[in-house]
Amino acid sequence: MTWRRHLVLSFMPSYTFPAKFEFLDEIRDFVAEVAREGGFTEKTIYSLQLATDEAASNIIEHAYAGIPDATLSVACEVRGDEIVITLQDTGRPFDPENVREPNLKADLSNRQIGGLGIYLMRKLMDSVQYEANANAGNTLTMTKRRV
Amino acid sequence: MEISTQEFKHCDLLKVTGRVDSATAPEFSKTLEDINNNGRFKIAIDMSELEYMSSAGFRALLATQRNCKRYNRGELVLAAVPERIREALELAGFTELFRTFENPLEAVGSF
Repeated sequence: MTWRRHLVLSFMPSYTFPAKFEFLDEIRDFVAEVAREGGFTEKTIYSLQLATDEAASNIIEHAYAGIPDATLSVACEVRGDEIVITLQDTGRPFDPENVREPNLKADLSNRQIGGLGIYLMRKLMDSVQYEANANAGNTLTMTKRRV
Repeated sequence: MEISTQEFKHCDLLKVTGRVDSATAPEFSKTLEDINNNGRFKIAIDMSELEYMSSAGFRALLATQRNCKRYNRGELVLAAVPERIREALELAGFTELFRTFENPLEAVGSF
Protein backbone atom coordinates (compact mmCIF):
# COMPACT_ATOMS: atom_id res chain seq x y z
CA MET A 1 0.00 0.00 0.00
CA THR A 2 2.91 2.28 -0.63
CA TRP A 3 0.98 4.54 -3.02
CA ARG A 4 -1.47 5.37 -0.26
CA ARG A 5 1.19 6.47 2.12
CA HIS A 6 2.58 8.81 -0.51
CA LEU A 7 -0.85 10.15 -1.24
CA VAL A 8 -1.36 11.01 2.42
CA LEU A 9 2.10 12.55 2.67
CA SER A 10 1.50 14.72 -0.36
CA PHE A 11 -1.30 16.52 1.49
CA MET A 12 0.84 17.29 4.49
CA PRO A 13 2.45 20.72 4.52
CA SER A 14 6.05 19.86 3.77
CA TYR A 15 9.24 21.85 3.34
CA THR A 16 12.62 20.90 2.01
CA PHE A 17 15.63 22.28 3.87
CA PRO A 18 19.34 22.16 3.10
CA ALA A 19 20.83 19.47 5.35
CA LYS A 20 22.85 21.96 7.37
CA PHE A 21 22.75 22.75 11.08
CA GLU A 22 22.15 26.42 10.23
CA PHE A 23 18.62 25.51 9.14
CA LEU A 24 17.60 23.86 12.43
CA ASP A 25 16.13 27.19 13.54
CA GLU A 26 13.76 27.23 10.57
CA ILE A 27 12.84 23.58 11.02
CA ARG A 28 11.94 24.21 14.68
CA ASP A 29 9.95 27.33 13.72
CA PHE A 30 7.98 25.40 11.11
CA VAL A 31 6.99 22.67 13.59
CA ALA A 32 6.09 25.26 16.25
CA GLU A 33 3.86 27.14 13.83
CA VAL A 34 1.84 24.06 12.86
CA ALA A 35 1.58 22.92 16.49
CA ARG A 36 0.53 26.35 17.73
CA GLU A 37 -2.22 26.53 15.10
CA GLY A 38 -3.28 23.06 16.20
CA GLY A 39 -3.75 24.25 19.77
CA PHE A 40 -0.79 22.50 21.37
CA THR A 41 0.54 23.98 24.63
CA GLU A 42 3.86 25.85 24.70
CA LYS A 43 5.30 23.08 26.88
CA THR A 44 4.42 20.44 24.27
CA ILE A 45 5.62 22.71 21.45
CA TYR A 46 9.04 22.88 23.10
CA SER A 47 9.10 19.06 23.25
CA LEU A 48 8.12 18.81 19.57
CA GLN A 49 10.82 21.28 18.58
CA LEU A 50 13.44 19.44 20.60
CA ALA A 51 12.48 16.01 19.19
CA THR A 52 12.45 17.32 15.61
CA ASP A 53 15.77 19.11 16.12
CA GLU A 54 17.36 15.91 17.47
CA ALA A 55 15.99 13.91 14.51
CA ALA A 56 17.17 16.46 11.94
CA SER A 57 20.58 16.83 13.63
CA ASN A 58 21.05 13.05 13.46
CA ILE A 59 20.20 13.02 9.75
CA ILE A 60 22.63 15.86 9.02
CA GLU A 61 25.39 14.41 11.20
CA HIS A 62 25.06 10.69 10.46
CA ALA A 63 22.90 9.95 7.39
CA TYR A 64 24.57 12.70 5.36
CA ALA A 65 28.05 12.56 6.89
CA GLY A 66 30.49 13.63 4.17
CA ILE A 67 27.73 14.22 1.60
CA PRO A 68 27.58 17.84 0.37
CA ASP A 69 24.47 19.68 -0.91
CA ALA A 70 22.03 17.22 0.67
CA THR A 71 18.46 18.11 1.61
CA LEU A 72 15.89 16.83 4.05
CA SER A 73 12.13 17.21 3.96
CA VAL A 74 10.04 17.93 7.01
CA ALA A 75 6.28 17.44 6.96
CA CYS A 76 4.07 18.36 9.86
CA GLU A 77 0.33 18.05 10.32
CA VAL A 78 -2.27 17.89 13.05
CA ARG A 79 -4.62 14.93 12.56
CA GLY A 80 -7.43 14.81 15.06
CA ASP A 81 -5.86 14.94 18.51
CA GLU A 82 -2.31 14.24 17.44
CA ILE A 83 0.49 15.90 15.53
CA VAL A 84 2.41 13.89 12.95
CA ILE A 85 5.95 14.97 12.09
CA THR A 86 7.76 13.24 9.24
CA LEU A 87 11.40 13.67 8.25
CA GLN A 88 12.65 12.26 4.96
CA ASP A 89 16.20 11.96 3.71
CA THR A 90 18.13 10.05 1.09
CA GLY A 91 21.28 9.50 3.14
CA ARG A 92 22.68 6.38 4.72
CA PRO A 93 19.99 4.37 6.52
CA PHE A 94 20.21 5.13 10.21
CA ASP A 95 17.80 3.23 12.39
CA PRO A 96 17.44 4.79 15.84
CA GLU A 97 16.44 1.33 17.09
CA ASN A 98 20.07 0.27 16.68
CA VAL A 99 21.32 2.97 19.02
CA ARG A 100 21.80 1.79 22.57
CA GLU A 101 20.00 3.75 25.27
CA PRO A 102 22.37 5.79 27.37
CA ASN A 103 22.69 4.68 31.00
CA LEU A 104 21.22 7.62 32.88
CA LYS A 105 22.29 6.13 36.20
CA ALA A 106 25.97 6.12 35.28
CA ASP A 107 28.21 8.51 37.20
CA LEU A 108 29.91 11.47 35.57
CA SER A 109 32.99 9.62 34.31
CA ASN A 110 31.00 6.76 32.82
CA ARG A 111 28.19 8.82 31.34
CA GLN A 112 27.89 8.28 27.59
CA ILE A 113 27.95 11.32 25.38
CA GLY A 114 26.31 9.70 22.34
CA GLY A 115 22.78 8.37 21.93
CA LEU A 116 21.24 11.14 23.97
CA GLY A 117 19.38 12.78 21.07
CA ILE A 118 17.59 9.58 20.12
CA TYR A 119 16.79 8.86 23.75
CA LEU A 120 15.20 12.31 24.05
CA MET A 121 13.18 11.78 20.84
CA ARG A 122 11.72 8.57 22.21
CA LYS A 123 10.97 10.13 25.59
CA LEU A 124 9.42 13.32 24.22
CA MET A 125 7.18 11.74 21.57
CA ASP A 126 4.38 9.16 21.84
CA SER A 127 5.73 7.17 18.91
CA VAL A 128 8.87 7.17 16.76
CA GLN A 129 8.90 5.01 13.64
CA TYR A 130 11.69 4.54 11.15
CA GLU A 131 11.50 3.13 7.65
CA ALA A 132 14.33 2.72 5.15
CA ASN A 133 13.32 2.29 1.52
CA ALA A 134 15.84 1.80 -1.29
CA ASN A 135 13.86 4.08 -3.62
CA ALA A 136 12.10 6.60 -1.41
CA GLY A 137 14.91 6.97 1.12
CA ASN A 138 14.56 7.07 4.88
CA THR A 139 11.40 8.17 6.64
CA LEU A 140 11.15 8.95 10.32
CA THR A 141 7.61 9.46 11.60
CA MET A 142 6.94 10.82 15.06
CA THR A 143 3.58 11.46 16.68
CA LYS A 144 2.38 13.15 19.83
CA ARG A 145 -1.12 13.56 21.20
CA ARG A 146 -2.48 16.87 22.36
CA VAL A 147 -2.73 16.77 26.16
CA MET B 1 23.23 32.41 20.63
CA GLU B 2 25.38 34.93 22.41
CA ILE B 3 27.92 34.33 25.12
CA SER B 4 29.51 36.75 27.54
CA THR B 5 32.04 35.85 30.19
CA GLN B 6 33.01 37.55 33.39
CA GLU B 7 36.04 36.60 35.43
CA PHE B 8 35.68 36.66 39.21
CA LYS B 9 38.35 35.91 41.76
CA HIS B 10 37.03 32.45 42.55
CA CYS B 11 35.24 31.51 39.37
CA ASP B 12 34.18 32.44 35.85
CA LEU B 13 30.59 33.41 35.12
CA LEU B 14 29.40 32.64 31.62
CA LYS B 15 26.09 33.95 30.37
CA VAL B 16 24.59 32.19 27.37
CA THR B 17 21.52 33.68 25.70
CA GLY B 18 19.32 32.56 22.80
CA ARG B 19 19.49 29.06 21.41
CA VAL B 20 22.12 26.36 21.72
CA ASP B 21 21.70 23.66 19.06
CA SER B 22 23.99 21.67 16.74
CA ALA B 23 24.75 24.89 14.83
CA THR B 24 25.77 26.97 17.84
CA ALA B 25 27.01 24.30 20.30
CA PRO B 26 30.55 24.24 18.85
CA GLU B 27 31.04 27.89 19.83
CA PHE B 28 29.50 27.27 23.26
CA SER B 29 31.78 24.29 23.68
CA LYS B 30 34.85 26.23 22.59
CA THR B 31 34.16 29.06 25.04
CA LEU B 32 34.04 26.54 27.88
CA GLU B 33 37.21 24.82 26.66
CA ASP B 34 39.01 28.17 26.46
CA ILE B 35 38.17 28.86 30.12
CA ASN B 36 39.57 25.45 31.07
CA ASN B 37 42.63 25.99 28.89
CA ASN B 38 43.32 29.16 30.86
CA GLY B 39 43.61 26.97 33.94
CA ARG B 40 40.22 27.92 35.31
CA PHE B 41 37.88 25.11 36.33
CA LYS B 42 35.25 26.77 38.50
CA ILE B 43 32.50 27.90 36.17
CA ALA B 44 28.94 29.13 36.67
CA ILE B 45 26.59 29.36 33.70
CA ASP B 46 23.82 31.95 33.83
CA MET B 47 20.91 30.47 31.83
CA SER B 48 18.33 33.13 32.68
CA GLU B 49 18.04 34.25 29.05
CA LEU B 50 18.62 30.90 27.42
CA GLU B 51 15.63 30.03 25.22
CA TYR B 52 16.57 26.61 23.99
CA MET B 53 19.17 23.89 24.36
CA SER B 54 19.35 20.58 22.49
CA SER B 55 21.47 17.53 23.34
CA ALA B 56 24.34 19.18 21.46
CA GLY B 57 24.49 21.71 24.30
CA PHE B 58 24.03 19.01 26.93
CA ARG B 59 27.07 17.21 25.54
CA ALA B 60 29.16 20.36 25.93
CA LEU B 61 28.00 20.68 29.55
CA LEU B 62 28.88 17.05 30.26
CA ALA B 63 32.34 17.25 28.67
CA THR B 64 33.09 20.46 30.60
CA GLN B 65 31.87 19.05 33.92
CA ARG B 66 34.16 16.06 33.42
CA ASN B 67 37.11 18.29 32.71
CA CYS B 68 36.36 20.64 35.61
CA LYS B 69 35.91 17.92 38.22
CA ARG B 70 39.05 16.02 37.24
CA TYR B 71 41.63 16.09 40.08
CA ASN B 72 38.99 17.87 42.19
CA ARG B 73 40.10 21.13 40.65
CA GLY B 74 36.69 22.63 40.14
CA GLU B 75 33.09 22.30 39.09
CA LEU B 76 30.55 23.56 36.58
CA VAL B 77 27.32 24.83 38.15
CA LEU B 78 24.13 26.14 36.56
CA ALA B 79 22.08 29.19 37.49
CA ALA B 80 18.54 30.37 36.68
CA VAL B 81 17.72 27.37 34.49
CA PRO B 82 14.45 28.04 32.60
CA GLU B 83 11.67 25.50 33.23
CA ARG B 84 11.64 23.91 29.75
CA ILE B 85 15.39 23.47 29.73
CA ARG B 86 15.35 22.06 33.26
CA GLU B 87 12.70 19.54 32.16
CA ALA B 88 14.84 18.43 29.22
CA LEU B 89 17.94 18.18 31.43
CA GLU B 90 15.89 16.08 33.85
CA LEU B 91 14.73 13.81 31.03
CA ALA B 92 18.36 13.32 30.00
CA GLY B 93 19.23 12.43 33.60
CA PHE B 94 21.55 15.44 33.82
CA THR B 95 20.14 17.23 36.86
CA GLU B 96 22.07 15.08 39.30
CA LEU B 97 25.35 15.87 37.54
CA PHE B 98 25.09 19.64 38.07
CA ARG B 99 24.38 21.73 41.12
CA THR B 100 21.84 24.40 40.22
CA PHE B 101 21.18 27.78 41.81
CA GLU B 102 18.28 30.22 41.71
CA ASN B 103 20.40 33.05 40.33
CA PRO B 104 23.95 33.78 39.11
CA LEU B 105 24.87 35.56 42.34
CA GLU B 106 24.20 32.44 44.40
CA ALA B 107 26.06 30.31 41.89
CA VAL B 108 29.15 32.53 42.02
CA GLY B 109 28.91 32.66 45.82
CA SER B 110 28.95 28.87 46.00
CA PHE B 111 32.64 28.74 45.09
